[in-house]
Amino acid sequence: MKKMSVKTLLLSAVLCFAISVLILPGAWAESTWKIGGIFAVTGPASFLGDPEKKSMEMIVETINKNGGIDGRPLEAVIYDTEADPTKAVMAVSKLINRDKVMAIIGPSTTPTSLAVIPGAQRAGIPLISCAAGNGITQPIKPWIFKTAQSDIHAVAAIYNHMKKMGHTKVGIITVSNAFGESGKEQLESQAPDFGITVVRAENFGAKDTDMTAQLTKIRGEKPDAIVCWGTNPGPAVVSRNARQLNIDIPLYQSHGVASPKFIDLAGEAAEGILLPTGKILVADLLPDDDPQKPVLKTYIRQFQEKYNSPVSGFGGYAYDGVRILADAIKGTGGDLAKIREKIESTRDHVGVSGTFNFSPEDHNGLDPSAFVMVRIENGTWKLVE
Amino acid sequence: MEFLQYLFSGITSGAIYAVIAVGFSMLYSATDLINFAHGEFVMLGALCLVTMKAIGMPLPIAFLNAVLIVGLIGLIFERLAIRPVKRPQPIVLVIITVGASIFFRGMAMILWGKDTYSVPPFSDHPPIIISGAALLPQSLWILFIVLAVVACLYLFYQKTLTGKAMQACAISKKAAWLMGIPAKWMVSLSFLLSAAMGAVAGVIIAPITMCSYDMGTMLGLKGFCAAMLGGLGSLWGALLGGFLLGILEAMGVGFFSSSIKDAIAFLLLLFILYVRPGGIIGAVQAKRF
Repeated sequence: MKKMSVKTLLLSAVLCFAISVLILPGAWAESTWKIGGIFAVTGPASFLGDPEKKSMEMIVETINKNGGIDGRPLEAVIYDTEADPTKAVMAVSKLINRDKVMAIIGPSTTPTSLAVIPGAQRAGIPLISCAAGNGITQPIKPWIFKTAQSDIHAVAAIYNHMKKMGHTKVGIITVSNAFGESGKEQLESQAPDFGITVVRAENFGAKDTDMTAQLTKIRGEKPDAIVCWGTNPGPAVVSRNARQLNIDIPLYQSHGVASPKFIDLAGEAAEGILLPTGKILVADLLPDDDPQKPVLKTYIRQFQEKYNSPVSGFGGYAYDGVRILADAIKGTGGDLAKIREKIESTRDHVGVSGTFNFSPEDHNGLDPSAFVMVRIENGTWKLVE
Repeated sequence: MEFLQYLFSGITSGAIYAVIAVGFSMLYSATDLINFAHGEFVMLGALCLVTMKAIGMPLPIAFLNAVLIVGLIGLIFERLAIRPVKRPQPIVLVIITVGASIFFRGMAMILWGKDTYSVPPFSDHPPIIISGAALLPQSLWILFIVLAVVACLYLFYQKTLTGKAMQACAISKKAAWLMGIPAKWMVSLSFLLSAAMGAVAGVIIAPITMCSYDMGTMLGLKGFCAAMLGGLGSLWGALLGGFLLGILEAMGVGFFSSSIKDAIAFLLLLFILYVRPGGIIGAVQAKRF
C-alpha cells in the first residue's frame, strides 16, 4: 500500500512536471492564441453579457482577418455565467485548467468579477473585467484589470454637474446589490468634495415593483436633486413613480441604465432625466476633434452591420478588453508575465469606453472625461454642457 | 401626508398579493395542493397581454384573451402533469408544481426573450392627489378589478350549482363523488379558474411593474405568504392576508428601512404561523380534513 502511494506520488510529480513544461512560455504547441471570455449571456444581466459576447466575437474576427497577432490567429472560448458567481468561478477554472487560455475577458457584473478574482490571481492569468464596481481594481491586484468606467468617475461626473447647477442637498435611492452598494458608497464618500450633503439614502430590491414609499420619504427631506443608482428595470420604476408623485426636482440616474431600453421602459417619465454615460450613446453628437469619435464610429458601424441590431454602451467593454489584450500579446511570445506588464504599461489607448492610461497604481486607466452628461429629451439623448 | 402615501402604495401592492393569494387558496381548497407554479401564471398573463397588445388588440379583448389562454394552460397543465400521477401524495404533487414553474419560466424566456417589457396604464389620467398623497389611476383599476373578480367568485361559489359542487369537492372529494359530482372535472375546473386568476393578476399589474420572464417567482412567494397569513383555503382570508401584507410592507419601508421590505413579509408569516397556525381566518378550515 505504501509502495503504491510512493509510486502514485512520483507519477503525479512527473505528470505535473510534464504539464508545467507544456504550458511554459515558448512551449505552446497550438497555433492559436487562446483567450477566454465569461459573460452573463443569459439571466438578469443579459443586457450586459449579450452585447459583450457579440463584441468579443466581432473584434476577434476582425483581428484574425487582419492577420492575427504575430502571424497567429486569436481563438476565443466563451462561457455563460448567467450572472451567477458560482457559475462564473466554475467557468474560470474550466478556462484555466481545461481550455488553457492565456487571458480572460469578463465577467460582466461586479459580483461575478469579485468572485473570480482569487482564482485568476492564484493561476497568474491576466483578467480584464467588464464590470463597473470599484472593488475590482481597488486595491490593485497584479493580474486584474478592467475596462468599464468606474463608479468613481460616474459619481464625479454627476456631482460636477450638480455643483454647476448649484444643488447642495441630494437624496439617493440605490438598488440593494453590489452595483447599488458600490454606487451608494461613492455617492456618500465623494459628496463632501463637491460641497454636497446626502440628506437621505434609501434602497430598493432589484425586483421591487413600487418605490413610491422610498421616494415619499426622500421628498420629505426637501433635497435639491435625487440620484438613483441601479440597472433596469428598477430605475425605470423609480422614474415613473417620481413622475406620478409629481416630484419636480431633477432626477439623476446612473450609467447603469444608459441604453435605449431605459427610455423604452420609463416612457414619458424618462423625459428630463440626467445621467452620465460613455460617449458611445452620443457618438454622432460629439465634436469632430474628440479622439474617441473615429473608434466609436468604427465600432458602431461594424456591430450594426454584423448583428443588425442597435449598439448599447456595454459591448464596448469587451471590445476594448480584447484590443488592449491583443496589443499586449504582440511580441511577447505568450509569456504571461510579459503580457501582464504590457497591459499595465498601456498608454493613450483610445477605446470605445474612453482613453486608457494604465499604470501600476491604476488598473482601470480611465478618468472622469470618459463620461459625458446627457439629458433625455423627446425620447433621445442630448449632450449637456 | 406621508402616512397616506404609504397607505396608497400598500393598498396597491396589497391588492396584487391578494389576487395571487386567492388563486393559491382556491386551488388549495379544491385539491389540497399548493401550486408553486402559480407565480408563473401571473408572469404568463402579463407577457400574453404584452403580445396581444403588440399585435394590435384593444385592451379589453387583449385582457380577456390573455386570461383565457393562461386558463387553458392551467387546464392542460393539470391534464398532463397532475392527473397522470399514479400515487398523488402531496409532496410529489408539490414537487411537480415546482418543476412546472421552472419549465414555464424557461419556455417564457425562449418565447419572449430576456428583455423587460412595459405596458401603458389602462387609462391615461394624471395621478389623483388626495391631501398631498398621489393615488395612481392604475391602483384604482387594480382595486376595482380585484374586488369585482372576488365578488364574481363569491357569487359563483354561493349561487351556482357548479360552484356548490366545487365546494362540496373541497369539503370531501369522496362524498361529493358518491353524490354524483364529477370530482375530476371539478379539479380541472379549479385549475382553470386558479390559473385564470393568476393571469388577471399579471394583466392588471403589468402597467405598474413591467414584465419579464422572471417576474413570477417573487410575486408567487408573496402571494403564497399572503394566503398563509389569511388562512389557506379561505377566500376572505386570502384577501385580508394580501392587503395586510402589502400595507405592512409599505409602512415598514416608510417608517423603518427600505432594506428590510422583504424580511417584513416573511417575519410576519412566521409570527402569524406561530400564534395562529391556521392563519388569521382559516383556523377552522385548516382542521377540515
